[in-house]
Order: sequence, then C-alpha cells, then structure tokens
Amino acid sequence: MMKIESPGLEHPKTNFNSYREKTNVMAEIKDFEFEEMGSKSVQPSNAINESLGDVMTLSMGPSHPSMHGVLRFKAEVDGEIFHRITPDIGYLHRGDEKIAENKTWHQFIPYTDRLDYLAPLCNNVAYVMAVEKLLGIADQIPERCQFIRVICCELARISSHLVGIGCFGMDLGALTVFLLAYNEREKVFNLCESLSGARFTTSYTRIGGLSRDLPDGWLGEVNKFCDEVLKAIDDLESFLTRNRIFLDRTEGIGVITKNQAISWGLTGVNLRGSGMDFDLRRDHPYLVYDRLNFDVPVGVKGDCYDRYILRILEMRESVNILRQCVKMIPSGPINIDDPKIMLPTKKRVLTQMEDLIHHFMLATEGINAPAGEVYFGAENPKGELGFYIYSKGGGSPYRLKIRPPSFVSISVMPLMLKGAMLADVPAVIGSLDIVMGECDR
Amino acid sequence: MKKTVKDLALRLKAHFPDIIAEPVEFRGECTCTLLDSNRLHEVAEYLKDQLDFDFLKEATSIDEPDKPLRFTLVYELYSYYHRVQLRLKTSIAEGNGKISSLSDLWASANWQEREIYDLMGIQFENHPDLRRILMWDGYPFHPLRKDFPLEGKASECGVLFTRPAPMEGGPFVTQPGLLDDEDREPRSRTPENKF
Amino acid sequence: MNVTKFLGYDGKTEGNVVITTLEALINWFRKYSIWPMPMGLACCAIELMGTGASRYDIARFGAEVMRFSPRQSDVMIVAGTVTYKQAQVVKRIYDQMAEPKWVIAMGACASSGGMFRSYSVLQGVDHIIPVNLYLAGCPPRPEALLDALMKLQHDVMQEPVLRKQFKA
Repeated sequence: MMKIESPGLEHPKTNFNSYREKTNVMAEIKDFEFEEMGSKSVQPSNAINESLGDVMTLSMGPSHPSMHGVLRFKAEVDGEIFHRITPDIGYLHRGDEKIAENKTWHQFIPYTDRLDYLAPLCNNVAYVMAVEKLLGIADQIPERCQFIRVICCELARISSHLVGIGCFGMDLGALTVFLLAYNEREKVFNLCESLSGARFTTSYTRIGGLSRDLPDGWLGEVNKFCDEVLKAIDDLESFLTRNRIFLDRTEGIGVITKNQAISWGLTGVNLRGSGMDFDLRRDHPYLVYDRLNFDVPVGVKGDCYDRYILRILEMRESVNILRQCVKMIPSGPINIDDPKIMLPTKKRVLTQMEDLIHHFMLATEGINAPAGEVYFGAENPKGELGFYIYSKGGGSPYRLKIRPPSFVSISVMPLMLKGAMLADVPAVIGSLDIVMGECDR
Repeated sequence: MKKTVKDLALRLKAHFPDIIAEPVEFRGECTCTLLDSNRLHEVAEYLKDQLDFDFLKEATSIDEPDKPLRFTLVYELYSYYHRVQLRLKTSIAEGNGKISSLSDLWASANWQEREIYDLMGIQFENHPDLRRILMWDGYPFHPLRKDFPLEGKASECGVLFTRPAPMEGGPFVTQPGLLDDEDREPRSRTPENKF
Repeated sequence: MNVTKFLGYDGKTEGNVVITTLEALINWFRKYSIWPMPMGLACCAIELMGTGASRYDIARFGAEVMRFSPRQSDVMIVAGTVTYKQAQVVKRIYDQMAEPKWVIAMGACASSGGMFRSYSVLQGVDHIIPVNLYLAGCPPRPEALLDALMKLQHDVMQEPVLRKQFKA
C-alpha cells in the first residue's frame, strides 16, 4: 500500500541546511503509502506553491479521446494528484431555450431529439408530456399510445446504457466492450428506423399522440431483440464485472455520499448509486408505469463500480418492462380525437370545412395553449430530464427551460475528483454518463 | 408524517403571512409567490429546514420587460420525505437586480445561478463563484433577455467572435400571449415588433 | 526547376509518364490510408462512432486510426454543431494538422449551422476553415459518411502532387 505524503517544510528537499547535514538522505525519505482515493483532503495549492512550486495547470481540452463530447477541465495537478479541478462547459451551447421561444409547440420536437442524443425517444416523450400537462389532456391520451411511448422509452434506455457502458469501457481501455455495445445498438437503430424513419433523432411523438402507428411485426422484432440483448448484456458483464483491472480502477473511486447527492441535485442512476431509493417511474408514475412490475436497483457505496452495476441491472429491468408491454399493449387509436390539438386525418381535411380550418390553424399558428406554468420531469436514462414551460397562451412558449441531468452531474465532479489521480478522470466521467448536448443545450 | 403539497404551502403562508401570496394550484402543481424578494434566503431556509424540501430541482428566470418587476426567479423544490414538489417564485426589478444566492442551502443552486447570471444577467449576492458558464467570460450580452434577438449580435473578445445568424425574414411564428386573430398570424411578426 | 530536366529525360517527346505514374502511386498510398481526426462534437459524432464500429466498418477503407492527434491525421471530420466557443478550438486544431489535409463537414450543423440559427452557433464551419466535402443529413447515415470518404479518396487520387512541388 502506498501513501503519498504532502511534503511539508520539514521535508529534506526544502530545508537545504538539514539536507546538507544529513549523511544518508535515503533514510529520510519515507515509504509511500496509498490511502483510498476520492475522499482524501490535500493541502490547498497555495501552501504547495510556497514549498515546492510543483503544481501544474493542466487543461484537458474540449477535444479529447474520451467520447463524451466537448467538455474541458482546468486542473491543477501536483504530479498525479489533483488539487482542484474546474469543468468548463458551454462548447455545445446552441441556444435551445431561446429557439423555443420562437417556435410553435410542435416545431420544437426535433430540438428535443438533439438534447440527449443517445436516447432521443425519451426526450421526445418527456417534452410532449410536459406540453400535454399544460394543455390538460394528460389523462386523455389513448392507452395504446401510452404503451408505445413506454416501449420507446425503455428501448432508448437500453440504447443509452449500452453507450454509457461501452464508452466507459473504452475510456478505461476495454475496446471490445465498445464494439459489442455498438453492435447491439445497431439493432435498436433498426427498430427505430422501421418505427419512425430515422436511426436516431426520431421526432416520433406528437402532442396528443404519435406520428404514426407501429409497423406490422414490430412487436415480434422487439421480443426477438429482448432475447438477443440479454445475451449481449451477459457478454458485457463477462468482460467487466469481475475484471481485476476494472475493479481496481473503479472501486472506491468517485464516491458520493447520499447527502451530497441530494444536496447537489443528482438524479437517476447517479443518485441511486449512492443509496437513495428513488425512481420517478415508480414514485411518481407517468404513462402506464403504475401497471408494470419492475424493480429499482439501488447502490450501496456510491462509487463508479456501483453506478456501472446499476446500469447493467437497469438494462435487465428494461428488458423485463419491454416484455410486459409487448404482452399488454391493446389495440385502438393512438391519437386523441381533439381537432384543436391533433391534426385531423387527410381525408377529413380534404372534405370537411371545419377540419380544413383546424388543419390550417394548427399548421400555421400552432396549438393555442392556455396560460400557465407547468413542470414535468421524466426518468431519462441519464437522470431526470425536466421541462419547465411558462406559457402566456398562444402557439409558442413564452419561456421554456430544460432541466438537464448531465449539467448537474458535471457540477459534482470537482467534489468527486478532489485528491484523486489523473487516471481517475475518465473513470469518473464514464461512470456519471454525461452527454454534452443535454448539458449545454 | 407525510403531508400534501397544499398543506405545506399553507404552513409556509402561515409562517410568513404578509410576504407569501395565496398558493396557486394549476394542473396538480402548487406555486407560492414571494412578494418580497429580499427575504428569499429566510423563506428558503424555512422551506429546507422545517418543511423538509431538501432537493432543489431547478432554478429558472423569466424576463417580462413590460412588467415593473422585470425578472422573475422560479425555484422548483422537491421533498424526498413528503414526495411532493413546490414551486417558489419571486420577482426583482431590473435596475440593481440583486438577489441572495441559495448555494449555501442547496449545492445544486451553484451552477443553476451561474447559468441564470450568464443568460439573464441577474446578479446573486454571496455566490461563491459568479461567472459565466455557457458563454465565455468576455461575452458582453445576456442572450436570454427578450430584447436580445435570436440571431445574436456581433461581438469580438480576443480570438472569440460572434456574428448574427442570417434570419431571412425572421422566425415565422406568432408571438405568445396574443389572442387576436390578426396578431396570431405568423406573418405579423416583423423584425421591428419581434418581441 | 524543370521537372523533366531534373529526371534526365525530355517530357515533350515521351510525356510526363514517370511523374504521373509516381503521382498515382503516391496518391494511391494516400487514399487508402487517410487517417481521420474526428472532431466529434454532437449527435453526428455518434454516427461517426457507429461508422467506426463493427457494422459499417471504416477500417475497410483504411481510416480506422482515429487517434485524436492532429499532427498525424489527414482529414478532419467536423461532426456536429460548431459553436462560437468551440470555433477557436477547431481552428487551432486545424492549424496543427500537417499538409496535406482535407476537411469533411459532416451533417447539416457543420455545413451550414443546421437547424440551430441562434446567437451562439457558427453558421457553417467553412467560415473558419476550408472545407473539401459537405455531407448532408441530420445525422447522415454511416453509409453516407463512407460515400463521402470514397469521394474524398477520388479527389485525393486526382491531386497533382509532384507537379505542384516542382512548379516554379
């Protein structure tokens, strides 16, 4: 075990008189011992500067090999240990919130795809449900539509966790994990493509329903996918879960306690990894989650390894939910029958005057929403994605705020990486599963 | 003992009778408006310590230039014990828009307030590190304000630059909040009356 | 210096046979080992990674060396939205790349700003660096990226490498 001692003023190197006096310098140099990382407190950098001047400012720039997007770290390192680390975000800030004020309700749906671009179906569902909550039609959505939305959310969850684990493995050096995960993701992409036309960035949901119904045989393919992905998850686990190197690099690294997680506002897997048993799907059920049976895995220590295990377990639970949905899904309409909200069918538009007028108003001016404000948070794979909509009536929001889970996850990083080593940074970033499109919006 | 959000809101009002307005319920959510923004920290402390709101989900700001108190701050609070969510709103004026920071109560307020400062320009007192987070440090504008156009303005800051994006006639959408048929027509929104 | 005199034969009678054959050889080496510098910024980066993964294997084209090292790469694939804050980084990395270098602007956001017409998005990466190939799509499919790579290889093959060196 190695313990690194911060050199004080009694260190032989700083005190030159005593250094020269010593005949045997080697006897003075103490053995190094490692304590557990992540929870060490080190001397502030000013003291170190005065004694040794060893602190280097390192900028782990926005373009870097870890596949998490454009995130920059300004770090002060002393050899391998971080004294202070500051994340610098905003390299993908596209002005989504300002764009939302200049678009109708429907026109913003493609922008939600690009928020968390690893699980776009989830974001679509979350946004559309927030608007439906504002319109007051949340309980009128047909049952078939709700089941399809749950299926989409869970497929997106599996897809996102696959990328999370794949990139986590790749950052730690396990390249095969990445390729395996992407192979499974290609199957999800095939499903999404036959459903909506695009591999990801689907823009599949509409306010009051969905853009189109399921193609024939799609549910059978989902069943087939469930079987295949379980085998793939077993393969992934065989690579990482009991791997000595992986365990050494992730156990005890990046520990967050439960109180810290609540105070810093973490949600999703990052919160559950620290021992807080809370899941929006179970505790504030939306769509048809109250009719489904699923477990919510909760971690124990709050380190990187716990979060990795939670993602694996959540994938298995998602497969469970998918199977239940495929069994329980009813037939019926998928859109609500309100012409002031949902576009009428083309046949009616071309034959009835009223429907023509409704179509025109919806297409040009957007849905006439009531004035008011709502907040809706959905359990996305990365955490809780919340939409706060402040509407003054009319076809576009007055203020739309997106509450991104990755923004909050990155803000915890200085706490987690205090006193950690340089090589822990990819482990911590990978375990938090950040995507910059969501963080910067 | 678990309480509903209406009970908690009424308890808050009972404790601060003159500065909290009547709680408003809309779509199953409860909103409390704080009429005196100088006492925000006191009210927030009461909410956190006495009413168990331990999770600050979100801190947002809204810009309404036609109101005397231009900026409204919105805090979404959640209680893990009672499993309820409460919204706290307060408004500040534009001139010396300063409001106390809540980052000593909830650590998640730190970055949320930095973002509000960056995009809306509201200053927070006692914030440990108030600087821009999404735009760069020398950027002269606050983009989310209503008088800032969507396409942006030109600026130079060392090696960083911005140019206005080509709008080709402007965003083709109505202005929110206007119920007149003429005003709801998308083409009525010209670059002059954009907001 | 006249290239024909340098090589000791008269190009007017035999034609630039040696030069063009050498050029073809050099270009052939280059086109089948184009090493990309992935500037993966947003959603297009996911399709870029998908192109490098096992189904749409970019290694078939010799381009799987995505090492994130600008000095050793040939083509910079700008995949994703370039904001003004990121623009300085893209330019700096482009400047660090060694000649010959090409740029593929992948996706709508890199080509022209895409659907994000706002205050913080650079409306096309060609405002700061010269672009050889624009790839449409939001995001473009991996096959589209491979098609772009093939067109770039065709361009590389046409380049008058040695004749440029010896021009007066």
